[in-house]
Amino acid sequence: MTETPAKHIRTPLGRVRGLGAARSGTGHFWRQRLTAVANIPLTIAVVIIIIMLLGRNQAAAAQILGSPLVAIIMLLFIASITTHMKIGMQVIIEDYVHDETTKLVLIMANAFFTIAVALASAYGILKLSFGV
Amino acid sequence: MAETKAPVARPLSPHLQIYQPMLTMMMSIVHRITGFGLYFGMLLLAWWFLAAASGPNGYAKFEWFAGSIVGRLVLFGYTWALIHHMLGGIRHLIWDTGHGFGPSEREWLAAANLIGSIAITVLLWILGLLAMGGPR
Repeated sequence: MTETPAKHIRTPLGRVRGLGAARSGTGHFWRQRLTAVANIPLTIAVVIIIIMLLGRNQAAAAQILGSPLVAIIMLLFIASITTHMKIGMQVIIEDYVHDETTKLVLIMANAFFTIAVALASAYGILKLSFGV
Repeated sequence: MAETKAPVARPLSPHLQIYQPMLTMMMSIVHRITGFGLYFGMLLLAWWFLAAASGPNGYAKFEWFAGSIVGRLVLFGYTWALIHHMLGGIRHLIWDTGHGFGPSEREWLAAANLIGSIAITVLLWILGLLAMGGPR
């Protein structure tokens, strides 16, 4: 069946790729919602863990944070939250920063910051888990 | 090639200051502001993990900050921002299913977002202070 150009301005290849005018498709939209859903149970778990750890000394905190279940919850929390906050901050930058150079610099800084926070947090948890 | 003309100064659509503040609008703005604050607040979580991993001296420094007046205020604000952003996120997920857009529903959801975030934050801090053996 042939379709008239009036109905579909986009090329067949463009439609198959499904990336649209922004050339990135719905990747950010979907990942922001996927991590939002993941963040809900993970945040509740982390808040409970934090309350459990209040007032305990370093040795107790280190032991609990490094225990398998707590450490895995924390690692999942770090991964999900930092992905979510990277996309969220990029939206804010794109909304308010209109100078092209500044925008690119800030989007890069956003990536560096979120990855650094993720790795630093994960390093702390893994160090406690493996006891090195 | 034709020369590109200088961009015409076109009229801009009215921005925030022209609208009368409404609850739904304020909640939308607060959702973004809390997200912005939580972003930088994650440094505290990283510090906490690294402090616990570094040993008693490093942990004592973190505990000193967390127990100080400024630290407590920051952590209280962070708790509220976290809960508010989470409830706001749930509201967005409800909207993503196509529900909750009616005139009374959206007002109700916005109010529940604000009241819920304050109530849960206060409740969590009461639980936290009890876990620490009363206010110190």
